[in-house]
Amino acid sequence: MSRETAVKSHPLDPLLRADRLPHIWCPGCGLGSIMACLSSAIAASSIPAEKHVIVSGIGCTGRVAGYMKLDSFHTTHGRAIPFATGLKLANPELEVTVVSGDGDLFAIGGNHFIHAARRNIDINVVCVNNFNYGMTGGQAGPTTPVGARTSTTPQGATEPTFNLPLLAATLGAVFVARWTSLHVRQLEKAMSRVMEKDGFSFIEVLSPCPVGFGKSNDIGDGLDEMSMYRRNGVVSHDADLTEAGIDMKHDSPIVLGNFRDVERPALGVRQ
Amino acid sequence: MPRGQVFVIPERCKGCRFCIEFCPEDVLTESEGMNAKGYHYAVVAEGKEDACVDCRFCRLVCPEFAIYTEEVQ
Ligand SMILES: Cc1ncc(C[n+]2csc(CCOP(=O)(O)OP(=O)(O)O)c2C)c(N)n1
Ligand code: SF4
Ligand SMILES: [Mg+2]
Repeated sequence: MSRETAVKSHPLDPLLRADRLPHIWCPGCGLGSIMACLSSAIAASSIPAEKHVIVSGIGCTGRVAGYMKLDSFHTTHGRAIPFATGLKLANPELEVTVVSGDGDLFAIGGNHFIHAARRNIDINVVCVNNFNYGMTGGQAGPTTPVGARTSTTPQGATEPTFNLPLLAATLGAVFVARWTSLHVRQLEKAMSRVMEKDGFSFIEVLSPCPVGFGKSNDIGDGLDEMSMYRRNGVVSHDADLTEAGIDMKHDSPIVLGNFRDVERPALGVRQ
Repeated sequence: MPRGQVFVIPERCKGCRFCIEFCPEDVLTESEGMNAKGYHYAVVAEGKEDACVDCRFCRLVCPEFAIYTEEVQ
């Protein structure tokens, strides 16, 4: 066998706007890994690519919609879920997946999340949680861990944070998972699962933002944060979600898993 | 155990080292030369020519769609 072979294209390129690669995400950002899992899950899905739709809000994560060669929508800040709800109700044949940031989905867009989960609208929501507003310069948001330094919390954040899997489960989401941009096999599988499942599914993906978050929190580059996920990630599908909050300050365990997979009457399901 | 061939797209790499660090078989290392943007991209390490098992981990973890493998018979 030989060493590596240099080529010009990638097997997932047909699902990407490959002419826009390399993308704008920073070296060491985890967003591209998550988009690779998403593309892979779509490629493997029994639903044809023409029926898959990606909806994003605004932020670095929001750029995912622009890089996927599908019917994809880059909506206004915080409004990815209501946009996706409208798409799904108007055309239940579509497989609608929202990919957006922690700030977009849980700060400005928080109310949409709670009502979509309550209604159990048949969409998938993937939240890339990089613990800050990456695109606008690393401000603190509702998932910034207590003690973390950001551009708006130079002395360390003090506000309590959302525990996103607990929130989603409490609101009635039928599928709830948390993975990281290192746990790519598990993430790809979880994405495949939600694409075949009816109802409101939620996947939180922890992801390095070396520029906006890592640098000011002694995590260094993306590789260091990925190593932290490997060191501290504990897979526990049956975890007590009330204990699954993220506390990076003490380098404590990060609970990962597919926590919930249940059935509940859903809105907007294909007949 | 399947055997894999590694394919790389040097110009897409931004040198994050995710694939190099986390390849379960330690197949990869940094190139000696650089791509046009100045990054050392991933290559198969010396002595690891037969070590890839086509597990697809690098293909999924690479944020740049710059590496993949294929099974060889
Ligand atoms: C109505 C409105 N308010 C504020 C902004 C500025 N803004 C752009 S992206 C963003 C936050 C992005 O954070 P997040 O959703 O976590 O995405 P990330 O960049 O971290 O992936 C903000 C506040 C905006 N574009 N529109
Ligand atoms: S600012 Fe953060 S989230 Fe945005 S591309 Fe850079 S590393 Fe990724
Ligand atoms: Mg964010």
